[in-house]
Amino acid sequence: MSFEIIVVGASTGGLKALQVLLSELPVEFSLPMVIVQHRGKDMETGLCEFLARSSRLPVREPEDKETLLPGQAYLAPRDYHLMIQSGSFALSTESPVGFARPSIDVLFESAANEYQDRAIGLILTGANHDGARGLAAIKAQGGLTVVEDPATATCREMPDAAINLTKVDWILPLSEMAAGLHKLTNSTKRYES
Amino acid sequence: MSRVATEANDLEDIEIGLLLEGLYRAYGFDFREYSRASIKRRILEMMRAEKLGTVSALQERVLHDATCLERFLLGLSVHATAMFRDPSFYLTFRRKVVPLLKTYPTVQIWVAGCSTGEEVYSLAILLQEERLYKRCRIYATDISRAVLRKARDGIFPLAAMREYTNNYHQAGGANEFSDYYTAQYDSVIFSTALKSNVVFSEHNLATDGSFNEFQVILCRNVMIYFNKDLQARVHNLLYDSLSMFGVFGLGNKESLKFTPRAAFYEHLNDKDKLFRKVM
Ligand SMILES: C[S@@+](CC[C@H](N)C(=O)[O-])C[C@H]1O[C@@H](n2cnc3c(N)ncnc32)[C@H](O)[C@@H]1O
Repeated sequence: MSFEIIVVGASTGGLKALQVLLSELPVEFSLPMVIVQHRGKDMETGLCEFLARSSRLPVREPEDKETLLPGQAYLAPRDYHLMIQSGSFALSTESPVGFARPSIDVLFESAANEYQDRAIGLILTGANHDGARGLAAIKAQGGLTVVEDPATATCREMPDAAINLTKVDWILPLSEMAAGLHKLTNSTKRYES
Repeated sequence: MSRVATEANDLEDIEIGLLLEGLYRAYGFDFREYSRASIKRRILEMMRAEKLGTVSALQERVLHDATCLERFLLGLSVHATAMFRDPSFYLTFRRKVVPLLKTYPTVQIWVAGCSTGEEVYSLAILLQEERLYKRCRIYATDISRAVLRKARDGIFPLAAMREYTNNYHQAGGANEFSDYYTAQYDSVIFSTALKSNVVFSEHNLATDGSFNEFQVILCRNVMIYFNKDLQARVHNLLYDSLSMFGVFGLGNKESLKFTPRAAFYEHLNDKDKLFRKVM
């Protein structure tokens, strides 16, 4: 079995965590990666450029109905929920979920629905509970669940909440995350062929 | 365990299809071609709110209980909007579109999917400040009668005015924003002069045809709720309703790129979703 997507949720402390993750993932990492990073309504729009600077994968904010491509990282735009439907992005301005828009749960649930056991869900640092329900949905569909080790995360609430709700497959410190994901997606591919 | 979950999920998708089909056949509300991911989320949310265990149970209630139907329709639609939403869009409208419009003796404008009207009042303020309003007629339409009623009233929450005032100034507004409304308790009512050239009416983009030829059409954050097929049909409808060299505006995260009409427009600038029909 091989994976087709990785969805990532981060909140407080996420900028640094994402910077580390994106700078350490090799260019040949081929799964599309879709990221929700919580940010304040007034937060400047430079986040995407900021992440792109330290990333080896290209990073962009998708537009509505844009097709997902491999080898590309996507960042949910400010103030929209981001979902995946029939291989494309679907945006929405429906109400925030648990004060969050974009919401990690919304992205993860749609990924679980679209990709079932071909999705990887990753929860990084954060000071709330967003993403726990979404990760559970990915697990329920047979997808792979990964959480940043709460012990070393900048904020442990979000990883803790995810771990409490789901028997997650992998708990990794940030320093081993990129290597772990790379190995995982590589080895499953080799196994496939 | 995961196979069971996958089957349950597939079953849910079937039930959702049946519910939408039933809603259409019984009452004519057609959500069958709306973007499924977001529709599904809201249906499951409503199922939880109604304390029901399956989509089929929700279907039964929606079809047989008129008050539930009303709740359902409200819950299914997204009406979120704001005044001068995405200020730079309005700034570009002021700088690039207004000069074009000044060359016309009369200007017909269609705001499709106007929701509760914040966009319409924003546009009216801008046009008034640019001394264009008198020669404009704005057709503001939406599928929902409930939001149109609010749009006609022009009454908005006082608490939102701080954000709207900021947006207004960022959008190039140079007056006191509060000159445009009167506050009453926790609401404000916008000056009736702003709607003197506005016609509010019901129009369904999915099923109704074109009703005029326009120099400007705004259809922002409406088609993101449609699937690709319906989106393509509506793009064709809007294209057909726009006069040559007319201006077309989309929401900030919407794109022409994935539609059949992409090649028929040119961008007014790189950043904002304002286009001009050139073919
Ligand atoms: C998110 S609001 C956008 C409001 C405003 N244009 C803005 O950008 O702030 C979407 C609106 O589209 C309307 N809508 C949905 N389907 C429609 C249809 N088939 N025809 C006309 N309006 C529709 C909804 O009722 C809702 O008011």
